[in-house]
Amino acid sequence: MDFRLSEEQEAIRAMALDFARDELAPHAIDWDQQKHFPVETLRAAAALGMAGIYIRDDVGGTGLTRLDAAIIIEALATGCPAIASFVSIHNMCAGMIDRYGTEAQRRQFLPRLLTMETLASYCLTEPGSGSDAAALKTRAVREGDAYLLTGQKQFISGAGESGLYIVMARSGEEGPKGISAFIVEKDTPGLTFGANEKKMGWHAQPTRAVMLDNVRVSAENRLGAEGEGFRIAMAGLDGGRLNIAAASLGGAEAAFDKALAYVEERRAFGRAIGEFQALQFRLADMATDLEIARTFLWRAAAALDAADPEATKLCAMAKRFVTDRCFAVANDALQLHGGYGYLADYGVEKIVRDLRVHQILEGTNEIMRLIVSRAIMGRK
Amino acid sequence: MTNMRSELKRLMHIVVCIKQVPDSAQIRVHPVTNTIMRQGVPTIINPYDLFALEEALKVRDYHGGEVTVLTMGPPMAEDALRKALTYGADRAVLLTDRHFAGSDTLATSFALSQAIAQIGKSFGTPDIVFTGKQTIDGDTAQVGPGIAKRLNLVQLTYVAKIASIDFSARKITVERRSEGGTQVLESKLPCLITMLEGTAAIRRGSLEDALRAARSEIVKWNAAEAGIEDMTKCGLRGSPTVVKRVFAPTPRAEKAAQIDTTEKTVRDVADELVTSIFTHQPALEHELSSSRSA
Ligand SMILES: Cc1cc2nc3c(=O)[nH]c(=O)nc-3n(C[C@H](O)[C@H](O)[C@@H](O)COP(=O)(O)OP(=O)(O)OC[C@H]3O[C@@H](n4cnc5c(N)ncnc54)[C@H](O)[C@@H]3O)c2cc1C
Ligand SMILES: Cc1cc2nc3c(=O)[nH]c(=O)nc-3n(C[C@H](O)[C@H](O)[C@H](O)COP(=O)(O)OP(=O)(O)OC[C@H]3O[C@@H](n4cnc5c(N)ncnc54)[C@H](O)[C@@H]3O)c2cc1C
Repeated sequence: MDFRLSEEQEAIRAMALDFARDELAPHAIDWDQQKHFPVETLRAAAALGMAGIYIRDDVGGTGLTRLDAAIIIEALATGCPAIASFVSIHNMCAGMIDRYGTEAQRRQFLPRLLTMETLASYCLTEPGSGSDAAALKTRAVREGDAYLLTGQKQFISGAGESGLYIVMARSGEEGPKGISAFIVEKDTPGLTFGANEKKMGWHAQPTRAVMLDNVRVSAENRLGAEGEGFRIAMAGLDGGRLNIAAASLGGAEAAFDKALAYVEERRAFGRAIGEFQALQFRLADMATDLEIARTFLWRAAAALDAADPEATKLCAMAKRFVTDRCFAVANDALQLHGGYGYLADYGVEKIVRDLRVHQILEGTNEIMRLIVSRAIMGRK
Repeated sequence: MTNMRSELKRLMHIVVCIKQVPDSAQIRVHPVTNTIMRQGVPTIINPYDLFALEEALKVRDYHGGEVTVLTMGPPMAEDALRKALTYGADRAVLLTDRHFAGSDTLATSFALSQAIAQIGKSFGTPDIVFTGKQTIDGDTAQVGPGIAKRLNLVQLTYVAKIASIDFSARKITVERRSEGGTQVLESKLPCLITMLEGTAAIRRGSLEDALRAARSEIVKWNAAEAGIEDMTKCGLRGSPTVVKRVFAPTPRAEKAAQIDTTEKTVRDVADELVTSIFTHQPALEHELSSSRSA
């Protein structure tokens, strides 16, 4: 086994890093401060193939692997973790349609998603059910050749701006087996949105509640079979979690690079603070943590690509470990900046705020431990 | 796209010479020895060469044909060629041979002109050869004209833009920047163009382009494979120029004024700066205050 990227992977990484450096990083602080969602920039990324990274190429997808996707999201996050994360969510939704959709659904929806003319949102969480997602209450009642969806989704990334919503709703019994997934278009009557939530980070993308009041969805827009919705939603999350971890990794790298430069510039007690061994050791630990996080993330991504039966466990391990460790690295980078780290202009506090939510969403890190412990202890 | 291009009957062939140079924005001066620290400095494609490449790609996209990028350099110069392929070049040729080491502009333009002739034989005679105006490391601006002379090509230097090409009449019109304004020049093809910073934004390669570039075979030629017979014209042997010494300009006797910023607010520092400027330029203060009151 050799731990090097292939020439192709190096090439896509370089390309995504260039994009992050030129198109994301220079604006990241501004977008955060102005709470601006840069849709045009997302479309520019899409034009380069980043909206359908692992979508099959017959509909115009880029046809890459999960490992490739993790490499690309990591690179994008060096420019802005919040934008990289939205790219990840959009890819996850497109990936669910590519994998579980009918041919007709793939041809109807994917081309628009691949250009990001239409953005996509993932709607699982509800006000009363987050971690216990299978307890969701949004109902889907069959009526002829359609379903009527009623309920509320909470914390939906991109909501209001997205044109397409993958909504998990209860079409049958209690528990996971009674859930189906639906593709809902924005202009469908009965679909409305809450206010943009005021939040700690991820200011460059909106988060809103999504209200469904007898929203009529044609049966043709059901994704997968009836009762398959929860399984589809969870399968989507396996890859999604890798990408959220990758976004933490890229963000932490950017913070680390800033700290590395800063300790050489800043002087205290008559010397550059980088001359204090305590800080040198801190940087050494941060660099080591980043290497471990990256190596393990790639391992989990490779397992998912190989359809390894352990993949779900590995993805959960990676999400928990990488997002926790990278948050700590970013926070350390802030500490090395002293008071300046706390100022918006230096861009480090923004990264810390952005990375904090990665420990919470797409399954909290406690839920990741739940998945791992179930897998290793064989319990339900 | 590629298929459409190759279906056209008479294809245009454009050669772009690119050089890998250290990213001067990232070069640091050693704080103690005051020498330039080249180690670990990332390399980039010489910026003017990128404008040349963009112009070439635009011509190709419009008229059909192929763009070949060429560089002479060490094996690691392959990175620059891969990047050019990512931007959309169709073919890349790396001219590499330890006998080229130490080339000055004379030897460089000799080797490149021989390689361009060989490219002509192997892949079709070029209609346009592009170079950058000059590099950001050697800075001589001699290589382009040197190639033109050896290949007996019309040379159009300091070009900012290609205005039009009439390929069937084998004519090209360009905008050349010169002292006193812009000249619009018409010339016959084939020709050599040295490119200024262009007017077009440089395109970005997609993921697919990056993959294609990574999968592309790069043509690698040593001196013999490039058809070079006279080795006395290559490398150190073929280079009459000797760089005897590179040095940083000696600082002038007069020292820049310094403002001590420790334990001062930004406002204090700004006040002090303005006061200091006005002390040295009393006329300026007068001018500013009178224009404000006007
Ligand atoms: C600091 C420094 C000082 C130097 N001073 C001199 C000097 O005074 N005289 C001298 O003869 N040499 C000098 N050299 C060597 C010089 O860099 C090289 O001889 C030479 O290969 C190209 O000259 P240039 O970089 O000035 O190119 P320019 O003539 O400025 O380049 C014009 C264009 O030619 C093309 N081109 C140039 N080199 C290559 C290449 N290797 N492959 C493909 N295309 C290329 C590019 O399109 C480029 O934009 C110096 C080098 C350095 C690093
Ligand atoms: C900015 C942002 C964007 C989001 N985007 C989306 C989106 O696009 N789509 C979407 O569907 N959702 C989204 N979410 C929702 C997110 O996935 C949920 O917030 C998350 O799953 C946690 O659910 P909850 O908030 O209801 O917390 P709860 O489930 O109420 O958890 C509260 C605490 O209890 C812990 N806990 C719960 N159960 C257990 C257990 N069994 N053992 C141990 N600890 C437990 C949790 O880890 C947590 O610490 C987003 C959230 C945020 C903040």
